[in-house]
Amino acid sequence: MKTVEELNKIRAEKRIELDLRKNTNADTREKHILVCQGTGCTSSKSPQILENFKKIIEEKGIKNVRVIKTGCFGLCAKGPIVIIRPEDTFYAQVTPEDCEEIIQSHIIEGKVVDRLLCKDIDGTKVTKLDDLTFYKKQKRIALKNCGVINPEDIDEYIAFDGYRALARVLIEMTQDEVIETIDKSGLRGRGGAGFPTGKKWRATKDAKGDTKYVVCNADEGDPGAFMDRSILEGDPHAVLEAMEIAGYAVGAEKGYIYVRAEYPIAVHRLQIAIDQAREYGILGKNIFGTDFSFDIEIRLGAGAFVCGEETALLESIEGRRGQPRVKPPYPAQSGLWGCPTLINNVETYANVAQIILKGADWYSAIGTATSKGTKVFALGGNVNNVGLVEVPMGTTLREIVFDIGGGIPNGREFKAAQTGGPSGGCIPKEHLDTPIDYESLKEIGSMMGSGGLIVMDDTKCMVCLAKFYLQFTVSESCGKCTPCRIGTKRMLEILERLCSGEGDEYDIYKLEKLAANIKKASICGLGQSAPNPVISTMKYFREEFRQHAIEKECKAMECKALSRIEIDEEKCKSCGLCQKNCPVNAIEGEGREKRHINQDKCIKCTTCIRSCPFHAIG
Amino acid sequence: MVNLKIDDKKVCVPEGTTILDAAKQAGIDIPTLCFLKDINEVGDCRMCIVEVEGRRGFATSCIQTVEEGMVVHTHTPNVLEARHMILDLIISNHSKDCLTCTRSGNCELQDLAIKFNVLDIEFQGERTEHKIDDKSPSIVRDFNKCILCRRCVATCKNVQNIGAIDCIGRGFESCISTTYDHSLNDVNCTFCGQCIEACPTGALHEKENINDVWAKLKDPDTFVVVQTAPSVRVALGEEFGMEIGTNVTGKMVSALKHLGFDKVFDTNTGADFTIMEEATEFVKRFKENDNLPMTTSCCPGWVRFAEMEYPENLPHLSSCKSPHQMFGAIIKSYYAEKNNIDPSKIYVVSVMPCIAKKYESKREEMEVDGIRDVDAVITTRELSRMIKQANIEFDKLEDDTFDNPMGEATGAAAIFGVTGGVMEAALRTAYELITGEELQKLEFEDIRGEKGIKKATVKIGDKDVKVAVTHGLKNARKIMEEIKNGTADYSFVEVMACPGGCIMGGGQPIKNSKIRMTTDVGAKRAAAMYSIDERSTIRKSHENPVLKQIYKDYIGKPGEHKAHELLHTHYTPMEEYRI
Amino acid sequence: MCECVENKIRQEVNELMQPYKQEKDNLIQILNDIQERYGHIPKVAQEEVSKYLGVPMAEIYGVITFYARFTLEPKGKYNISVCLGTACFVKGSQAILDRLKERLNLEEGKTSADGKFSIDTTRCVGACGIAPVFTVNDEVYGHATVKKLDEVLDQLEKIEK
Ligand SMILES: Cc1cc2nc3c(=O)[nH]c(=O)nc-3n(C[C@H](O)[C@H](O)[C@H](O)COP(=O)(O)O)c2cc1C
Ligand code: SF4
Ligand code: SF4
Ligand code: SF4
Ligand code: SF4
Ligand code: SF4
Ligand code: SF4
Ligand code: SF4
Ligand code: SF4
Ligand code: FES
Ligand code: FES
Ligand code: FES
Repeated sequence: MKTVEELNKIRAEKRIELDLRKNTNADTREKHILVCQGTGCTSSKSPQILENFKKIIEEKGIKNVRVIKTGCFGLCAKGPIVIIRPEDTFYAQVTPEDCEEIIQSHIIEGKVVDRLLCKDIDGTKVTKLDDLTFYKKQKRIALKNCGVINPEDIDEYIAFDGYRALARVLIEMTQDEVIETIDKSGLRGRGGAGFPTGKKWRATKDAKGDTKYVVCNADEGDPGAFMDRSILEGDPHAVLEAMEIAGYAVGAEKGYIYVRAEYPIAVHRLQIAIDQAREYGILGKNIFGTDFSFDIEIRLGAGAFVCGEETALLESIEGRRGQPRVKPPYPAQSGLWGCPTLINNVETYANVAQIILKGADWYSAIGTATSKGTKVFALGGNVNNVGLVEVPMGTTLREIVFDIGGGIPNGREFKAAQTGGPSGGCIPKEHLDTPIDYESLKEIGSMMGSGGLIVMDDTKCMVCLAKFYLQFTVSESCGKCTPCRIGTKRMLEILERLCSGEGDEYDIYKLEKLAANIKKASICGLGQSAPNPVISTMKYFREEFRQHAIEKECKAMECKALSRIEIDEEKCKSCGLCQKNCPVNAIEGEGREKRHINQDKCIKCTTCIRSCPFHAIG
Repeated sequence: MVNLKIDDKKVCVPEGTTILDAAKQAGIDIPTLCFLKDINEVGDCRMCIVEVEGRRGFATSCIQTVEEGMVVHTHTPNVLEARHMILDLIISNHSKDCLTCTRSGNCELQDLAIKFNVLDIEFQGERTEHKIDDKSPSIVRDFNKCILCRRCVATCKNVQNIGAIDCIGRGFESCISTTYDHSLNDVNCTFCGQCIEACPTGALHEKENINDVWAKLKDPDTFVVVQTAPSVRVALGEEFGMEIGTNVTGKMVSALKHLGFDKVFDTNTGADFTIMEEATEFVKRFKENDNLPMTTSCCPGWVRFAEMEYPENLPHLSSCKSPHQMFGAIIKSYYAEKNNIDPSKIYVVSVMPCIAKKYESKREEMEVDGIRDVDAVITTRELSRMIKQANIEFDKLEDDTFDNPMGEATGAAAIFGVTGGVMEAALRTAYELITGEELQKLEFEDIRGEKGIKKATVKIGDKDVKVAVTHGLKNARKIMEEIKNGTADYSFVEVMACPGGCIMGGGQPIKNSKIRMTTDVGAKRAAAMYSIDERSTIRKSHENPVLKQIYKDYIGKPGEHKAHELLHTHYTPMEEYRI
Repeated sequence: MCECVENKIRQEVNELMQPYKQEKDNLIQILNDIQERYGHIPKVAQEEVSKYLGVPMAEIYGVITFYARFTLEPKGKYNISVCLGTACFVKGSQAILDRLKERLNLEEGKTSADGKFSIDTTRCVGACGIAPVFTVNDEVYGHATVKKLDEVLDQLEKIEK
């Protein structure tokens, strides 16, 4: 493809064909069966479902029905998910065996398959995706194409305005105008720190050097977060387009996407996208006939969380151990092979084309005073609707957890939410109404991070949670600098002591001292933020630390050495469920008898606590 | 120029100066551990952190540069607390064996512990444990003392371009090691010992042979002869608090006699032999155009490197043994015969600036008729320890002279230890051998100095002889590549494994990073060497009367049969990784 | 390893490296390919990479031991990996890991003597929606419980007998 005209032609043609994807009233006899091929659904057999649909349609000779693979719809907990357009019927937890019935009933007979409809929080069955409370409060910008288009078909991307922003930038805008637009939109980095994106672009453009690079950080190391993965799997071209725009703006001709090898589907789709874009001449020399040239290469990470840190990532791209460099100088001044390098996160990039097309003002109208636009969260943990959600900045935690997330399962209480992954902190009940943006999260001792949002119910021990995060940072520390290499290990040792009943009062003081100094003296963000989960849990749940240290008690009963799991005879209804679930047959009693736990056998796995419908175990 | 304020002092330094350097210029000392000027500037230990007004967290003074208007505080209570904690953490994972550690007294970690008055370890916990690698004849790694500063890694990888060691594993478990944790003996390590010189602690040190020597000194039936390399005399004094570059030849000889050696000889005499043989070999090969360029072979680190990495280039190496091996062979043949001593009763100890020489002396070729050339090699550092053990007050010793007849040496031999020295000495002799005329100017300035590769064209008779001098294995590798690709247009090349030559060898007194930051140690030691040459009356090896005598009485002509038997050797290609 | 196997690996590795330029920044890409192909990175493969890229063996070893994905030993026939990502942890994956270690009498990262089983942990396989999760080779088991793990193990053990 050489010209913008050709691009426009493809868009126009394809748009008509794909109208039914977004328009429920589309006047068409065609139907599209969208089958989620995101990682969540893929791991519960969605590829098989896709195949089955195709086979059945072929066998039955059905016309006008297409089966489309898409990226993640967000509601992974209810996966595998199938959506039929244009009517927007939402089928959840579909199995390969259900395909036959869906075709027969829904496609041929025109009858919705009732039993496969998704139940909303209140138990009512919902037909349309948009009617689910899960989706109602969301606003999709970064995820706009996820679950709508086939990520392996560049034409579908183009149909929904793909590469139009690139064309506009190359033909109509100067480098400065592009940077200005991004700057004015208020977009901030979604990779964690929230650095203003426009400023970073400006710094890279202004930096001295003939060769510059653009890098996309798709390492996504935060455990329990999968926003970037979903974007790459569901809408890879959005990232490529934005990297090209960035390349134009800062004066780079080469881009790298650093993505974890643990994300095979994402890598595969990215490669397809790159190949297709190259074939179309959208990547390569003289794009759209201008003198701008740009190419992108994928670099695989190999299982090191610290490689998400930008300078470690650069080291890794250069073929070394991912050990961070001291900053300043920042990558914008001295990055890959010493050249000025722009690094942005996947989700940051996913906003760029929209901003160019719809304008800075449109974007900055969304969100709060300091944080503009939307943020994608990977909502997980003890919450009913686990999945990906995209909400405007300023949405409160309560809205996310209770409205979108549908609250806490099993009738448990909300205890805390954790944002920012291993660098973040815990947010207790009293801050549920905090509007989420970069500043307010920091104020209450947590951080935005990349968007992991883990909800915890009252069965969770906070000392244990702090220990969990420290285990993570200790095993992921690169080992370069002393405070992080040895200091976090010492913190972990103290937490282990507390959890096993060997701690004392002095340990709490030591934790504080270590935390404060490790934060200040470490080289990179990993060490600088590793103590955060401890600091914030100590701030809000200090009593729990005290109980562990002095009373040697773990009220949540997660710390095995400090807990005794017992059945409250008053509450036990002798249903026997706990017994069924106990892996070591530690629960005794038969028939009508109240159950009790044989403490010698019990391995304190807490399965029974979670399986008792009457909350009799604790 | 950049203006800033450090601890309320106004400082003005050039752009690009580090905060550490700027502070130093203002007379303010900031503690460091991992920093080694020009070699390891990575900022990992965090000891040098300082506060910069307006900046979040601390600045890393050893690598971060000054900015206009910067206000730096180097010793605030915050900084001190953090440094104290860092030190505490390092020590919590350290073996703390000062009483039995070779670096006690010259250890940068110990210095800091004393300075910071570390009286107990607040953050005790698990310690990483490592087995000690003492398989090689030259070097011992005890990583229970390693603080992961990575100065050794940077030296081995970037200065020497060998990369025998690297950081392995990650996080708390990281350590410095070799591939598959093999002994340095079995990997591509050349035993140059530069990593030891770089190490701030006792994690890397030479394999000690002091006790072998003491045992022989005690044995009345053994005739213990000691010889000292040219570089030892210009560095030994440093171990007794003297200025860098002090020539202590007289005191050294005196101390050796106090220690009870039966004879104290000078390896410089051996160096004169080397020149005789090497110059003769060169002249012959030059005339016959036989495997040129010919390279020197007196550095065992270099030889090991060539055997491992450039086996195809081995025919280019001179077949000469190194001076102390030649000299050992002569002591055990000529000298033994002449003085009627059973050569099997002679024990030759070489005092060397080098740890590779320990390995060299153990090589199987280094013997004649089943008699080892050299029995023990100790380093300059080990000699200083022996002197201390014997409670000799070194600085109060009277000067003494080497024993005759093997203590007579020329100025040419004296400069063997500095880069370019061997070449200069060889050229002095080769010139006169080829032309039969007297050389007018003895100094070859082009091949002196610290440049990595030095080249010169010397007019000898009607021939232009191109020579090159290189030091440091990184530069040696460049020359080797040229030879391999056939692009080297020189006839004669001097190679020394250690940057600076033997005066900066792996067995020399260790200078801590603060000294190396402000002092050009190599230049000072080199100056001392050149001044020995200048003050010598005989400055050409072939004019050494002792040599003349021995060639006449015993060996015959250089390069001929007997000389080959005693003074030459051969090389064998070696796998880089032998396990 | 016998010499003919070694030589075969050497040859294969050299073929596999051909598309890559002899530049150091390809090290991790090449190691990824080797890991993928052999399930670990054999020493002879490292030697070939070292020659091809001019990177010392110690540095390659340093890189391999830095990145969790690279292993020096082959994994078991069944590599069972428990997700310790936060979403899974909060839903009780630690108990599953503990149980797994107890059942197989193995530590994390280790392979059983008969080469059948190995235990691993991962940080989020991206299936948080069905947390807690464990995987057996490429198969993902969602909504995992200790009991479910036991069943899977029973079945695998039965197959092996
Ligand atoms: C330990 C650590 C891990 C990080 N991991 C990621 C990551 O997985 N993905 C990411 O985009 N940014 C990550 N970051 C942030 C990056 O360093 C960097 O700030 C970001 O990629 C910049 O892009 P942005 O400005 O678009 O956010 C991490 C930072 C630290 C300190
Ligand atoms: S803070 Fe931790 S991860 Fe970062 S450089 Fe230091 S040791 Fe490495
Ligand atoms: S905690 Fe686990 S082992 Fe103990 S009784 Fe409950 S289910 Fe059984
Ligand atoms: S599950 Fe609860 S109510 Fe049922 S038997 Fe067990 S303790 Fe009693
Ligand atoms: S290395 Fe230093 S601190 Fe450690 S034992 Fe030796 S002298 Fe003491
Ligand atoms: S008092 Fe202390 S320093 Fe002195 S010998 Fe005893 S332990 Fe060593
Ligand atoms: S002795 Fe030389 S080659 Fe060997 S590890 Fe040390 S620096 Fe490297
Ligand atoms: S061995 Fe010495 S130089 Fe090397 S990292 Fe350890 S302490 Fe530093
Ligand atoms: S240069 Fe000298 S000290 Fe260094 S290895 Fe060679 S012979 Fe030894
Ligand atoms: S992976 Fe299918 S909905 Fe998320
Ligand atoms: S960080 Fe500066 S001396 Fe180590
Ligand atoms: S945390 Fe286990 S799959 Fe994401």
